[in-house]
Amino acid sequence: MTGQFNNPALHSYLLRLADTSLTMGQRLAEWCGHGPYLEEDVALTNVSLDLIGHANIFYQLAAELHEHPITADDLAFLRDAHEYRNPIITELPKGDFAYTTLKQYFIDVFNVHLYQALSTSSYEPLALAAKKALMEVKYHRKRSEAWVERLSLSTEEAKTRSQKALFDLWFYTPELFETDAAMDELFVQGVIADYTEIKTIWHQQVEAHLQHCQLTLPESGWVATGGLQGEHSEHLGYMLAEMQFLQRAYPGCEW
Amino acid sequence: MAEMKLYEVFIRAKSGLNHRHVGSLHASDAQMALLNARDVYTRRKEGVSIWVIEAEKITASNPEQEHEWFDPAEDKVYRYPTFYPLDKEVENM
Repeated sequence: MTGQFNNPALHSYLLRLADTSLTMGQRLAEWCGHGPYLEEDVALTNVSLDLIGHANIFYQLAAELHEHPITADDLAFLRDAHEYRNPIITELPKGDFAYTTLKQYFIDVFNVHLYQALSTSSYEPLALAAKKALMEVKYHRKRSEAWVERLSLSTEEAKTRSQKALFDLWFYTPELFETDAAMDELFVQGVIADYTEIKTIWHQQVEAHLQHCQLTLPESGWVATGGLQGEHSEHLGYMLAEMQFLQRAYPGCEW
Repeated sequence: MAEMKLYEVFIRAKSGLNHRHVGSLHASDAQMALLNARDVYTRRKEGVSIWVIEAEKITASNPEQEHEWFDPAEDKVYRYPTFYPLDKEVENM
């Protein structure tokens, strides 16, 4: 597929990918200097940087499709919360280590299947970006999957915290698989992944792992939605305020 | 941290070379040690293979016995191949 200039649907989809990775990376970066021990501190921030790197690539692709000359930094630092299109789960505060770990695991499994599917996109720049990101998210998944198991099958406290994290986070996950009319159209064109299929695989794999970890799924709860339309939780505004401060206070500042 | 064990990390820089000791780290199990080693010691493409081993599983010589163990080798020059003169007929060895 060529000639994507002025394709607002694709531009908007790339922003969803980029915003998701950036908010996730920013939350993980908050662990810098606060990890449970030195080695894990390094590992968490490594993953954070990987995710910010993915965001950078997707913002660049999105910027190329914008009708006006615009940079990846403009998209990351000069849009307000209602213009962000990430699912709400990625903007939630980092919480304790069990919470961060489980949230990361949910996103990692999702990312693996998403990028696997996107690596055959008919829009070649997206396929290339997805292939590159896929290598890294496979490792992220290995890490978080092992940690979920390690925590939930260890001490009472770790188990209790993991179970609480699952209750708190579970109903934020359906939003990962949400699509809108523009995305459905892109799917028909072979540009983006089949989110229904990703959802099926994700549930099979995640639920099997949680069962193995002796964690119980909550039966009902408030199901998060809205991120795709720019309707976010209160947390995103605070995150952006911190993340964008420098660019807002000193426009065009570089270092 | 009480349950953490010390692991020694060995990295093979590229295929064909030996694994070399690069340092140590803390982990609760071998898998975590391997993942942590990847993140701590191979951030800049330092290697293509990692070994980790619990530090306490390594049997080591006693540093206090360094002299009695290793010094006797010092004056035994006949243990070096260069000690032996070669016949002129031997060109390459």
